[in-house]
Amino acid sequence: MRKLYRFHGGVHPPANKTQSTQTPIAQAALPSKLVVALHQHAGGSATRPAVQPGDHVLKGQLIGLPEGRIASAVHAPTSGMVLAVDRQPVLHPSALPDLCVTIVPDGKDEWIAHHGSDYRELQHSDLRHQLRMAGIVGLGGAVFPSDLKLYAGKHKIKTLVLNGAECEPYITCDDMLMRERAAEILRGAEIMQALLYAEEVLIGIEDNKPEAIAAMQQALAAGDYRNMEVIAVPTVYPGGGAKQLIRVLTGLEVPHGVRTTEMGAQCFNVGTAYSVYRAVAHGEPLISRIVTVTGNVERPQNFEVLLGTPLAELAAQAGVKPDTDGYIMGGPMMGIAVPSAQAGVTKAANCFIATSRALFPPAPPALPCIRCTRCAEVCPADLQPQELYWFAKAKELGKAQEYHLFDCIECGACSYVCPSHIPLVQYYRFAKSEIWAHEREKDAADIARERHEFRLERQEREKRERAEKLAQKERAAAAAKAAEQPAAAAGAAAAATPAAAGQPEDAAQALIQAAIERAKAQATLVKPKNTDNLTPAQLAEIAEIEARRAKIREIARTDNDKEQ
Amino acid sequence: MLSSPFISKPTSVSAIMLRVLLALLPAVALYVWYYGPAILVSMTLASVTALGVEALMLRLRERPLKPFLADNTALLTAWLLALSIPPLAPWWLVVVGTAFAISVAKHLYGGMGNNPFNPAMVGYAVLIISFPVQMTHWLSPLDLGQGGLGFGAQLQYIFAGVLPDGTSLDAVTMATPLDTLKTQLHLDRAVAQIMQMPIYGHLAGKGSEMVALGFLAGGLYLLAARIITWHIPFAFFGGLLFTAELFHLADPNHYVSPLFHAASGAAVIGAFFILTDPVTSPTTPRGKLIFAAAAGFLTYIIRVFGGYPDGIAFATLLMNIAVPLIDAYTQPRVFGRKKDPQ
Repeated sequence: MRKLYRFHGGVHPPANKTQSTQTPIAQAALPSKLVVALHQHAGGSATRPAVQPGDHVLKGQLIGLPEGRIASAVHAPTSGMVLAVDRQPVLHPSALPDLCVTIVPDGKDEWIAHHGSDYRELQHSDLRHQLRMAGIVGLGGAVFPSDLKLYAGKHKIKTLVLNGAECEPYITCDDMLMRERAAEILRGAEIMQALLYAEEVLIGIEDNKPEAIAAMQQALAAGDYRNMEVIAVPTVYPGGGAKQLIRVLTGLEVPHGVRTTEMGAQCFNVGTAYSVYRAVAHGEPLISRIVTVTGNVERPQNFEVLLGTPLAELAAQAGVKPDTDGYIMGGPMMGIAVPSAQAGVTKAANCFIATSRALFPPAPPALPCIRCTRCAEVCPADLQPQELYWFAKAKELGKAQEYHLFDCIECGACSYVCPSHIPLVQYYRFAKSEIWAHEREKDAADIARERHEFRLERQEREKRERAEKLAQKERAAAAAKAAEQPAAAAGAAAAATPAAAGQPEDAAQALIQAAIERAKAQATLVKPKNTDNLTPAQLAEIAEIEARRAKIREIARTDNDKEQ
Repeated sequence: MLSSPFISKPTSVSAIMLRVLLALLPAVALYVWYYGPAILVSMTLASVTALGVEALMLRLRERPLKPFLADNTALLTAWLLALSIPPLAPWWLVVVGTAFAISVAKHLYGGMGNNPFNPAMVGYAVLIISFPVQMTHWLSPLDLGQGGLGFGAQLQYIFAGVLPDGTSLDAVTMATPLDTLKTQLHLDRAVAQIMQMPIYGHLAGKGSEMVALGFLAGGLYLLAARIITWHIPFAFFGGLLFTAELFHLADPNHYVSPLFHAASGAAVIGAFFILTDPVTSPTTPRGKLIFAAAAGFLTYIIRVFGGYPDGIAFATLLMNIAVPLIDAYTQPRVFGRKKDPQ
């Protein structure tokens, strides 16, 4: 038996998983249209549309080109005609529309020419490029481009963790995928293992999924895999968080702001491993995923869904009950409220839960915090949520950071157990966004200050130059005067010359000096501005902030170095 | 439904406080068994006063009545205070104490969740400072008092202040076992000799030690139901017993055994029900240990060297002051920032 480790806290919300595991994964019907969002990955870089309205596309054809480093490609999920390339509602909590390609299927489902290959015969850099162009991103919900995570760089990766924990209530897409397509997941893991030069692959599955564990173990025994192990881990939310699962399987604690690779581990969702395999061995880009449709529906189940399928059309296939009042994308602990049921399924959409007032009654009104610390008892990051709540509420953002606000993974365990029903996570999100806004403001202020100082300096320089010019002119005039009177008495001149000759020169020098002095005085008057009259505490705080930024810049630089 | 999480555990402040109230019942039952039903009268008086003053204060503070009246915290304060003062006391004593606890100690500091001091202990402190005589009239256990007082007679005394003909207050009340010990020690009697007095039972005061046992049962229930953690009771008894043992070892004739202290006065109710009040105790595990151990130490010092019969109330209030400081200095290390993660 492998030694497993614990992480602090955790909760045991009702699983509600069995409802959707009664039937095998069903192929969702071809929808009337596909609304494929172009930005389907984590990270700011855009994906540029590669098609125009009116174009005919084939299944698997590239429709979105990745631009920039953290980006991933998007493909046509079926063959058909491009109806529009415009802004549409997307599955994002902001409810802001984003650029989408709308495709009307032609019903032929005609593939573009594609072919698989043996990963052993490919260069690793080519493999990574292939994954990027196949649009492979993390399917656990984070949708970070996988090609970037499959690069160890200078770090030595000991353990590749495959995440089949699926700790959130209701979600069963990974469970069903592992039950039905275990061998392909393992083949994908093998490719990942090779790319990372990982010594071992640990596949963590929560022990409330015995069928999946059995299927994976069977597939493992049937194949020829190197240092791979399927491990049942205790069921506790959020045991499927990457850092929590790494902790349980390896004992490593990856602090906030540190990459798991730096500590010799990397973590992928089982669904990602499956799509890596499909992309490499069959040349199929990521155009569909397994989605759990559950909650307030007649037939909760998992579907294999083409990306872009409008949620309403998908949900209808599970029989939405009439009193449904909305959808949650993801699980009830960390999911988002779906802003529009017309939005198309994305790579991040692992589960849709139809909600009703009966199924998800609104929380009772919040009462004051009684400091019972049930939140601290369940926090998987060992934070003191009650302290963070007070600081967030009082807008003491510095204090909140001091108490490691940014180590919060927003798992929701604290809110879940709070007897006063305080929406704690919302307070943390608020505090985080406030801090980000402050930092942006400060950056803008810094730029403005630099510009202002530069302007002052320029004005000063110009004044100095003018003064010098003036002095030069006077010097020239004096010299001319001296030349006009060459016949001055020689005897008298002999005595007087040193002083007389020196005079115009000195006057000019004095003028220049005076101008410089004036400029200097002015400079000292304006310069120290906003760092004047500060208390030592404030100065210390500024120094601290500067140090932190220097560190961030440092990290950014080393990151850039790594990329190259 | 704005953002995650969309589910919450079916629990509430009201339900937790209700279970704490239930946990007090074994001790209350034993109280009635050993001292008669007078305690029920003072608990009722305290409850009615607490709810009334709570409603009044909420109205004055323009807060909604329903959620706060239903949270059971005012009732808990009332019961803890009633259980801390002599049951055979004039009715206004418990009313004044409760009213002060709820209005000043709780609501003037911001109401539920914001009061730095334990309201019941503030109420107790006010009473013992303002009405020390009435606060010493503790009932004798029924089998020690001369036949005891009937319930009717108790009611008459509480509300009208008169006792039946031929009964004197001294006959039915007595000083607490802790007080008696202190007085007798001043008379230069040895501990072993004092313990022979009829008011002492197995460990501590006859009757009161059994009530303490009731509190212990309730406290263990709170632990089992995970309403409190082990830290505060454990550290409190640790602090109290350790200090008592040191003195006891030095001079057993003058310093009574640690177990006497543990079973006497408000030690058990203090350890499980009073010091564990989440609002007025530290939030960190280490903080709880420091807080309660210091409270145990202070309790002993106040009991043995101070002027008051028991030390729980003042030890609690003194340590309440230190809570923000203790919390600030005992923050646990967060995930990934531990010295030794394994």
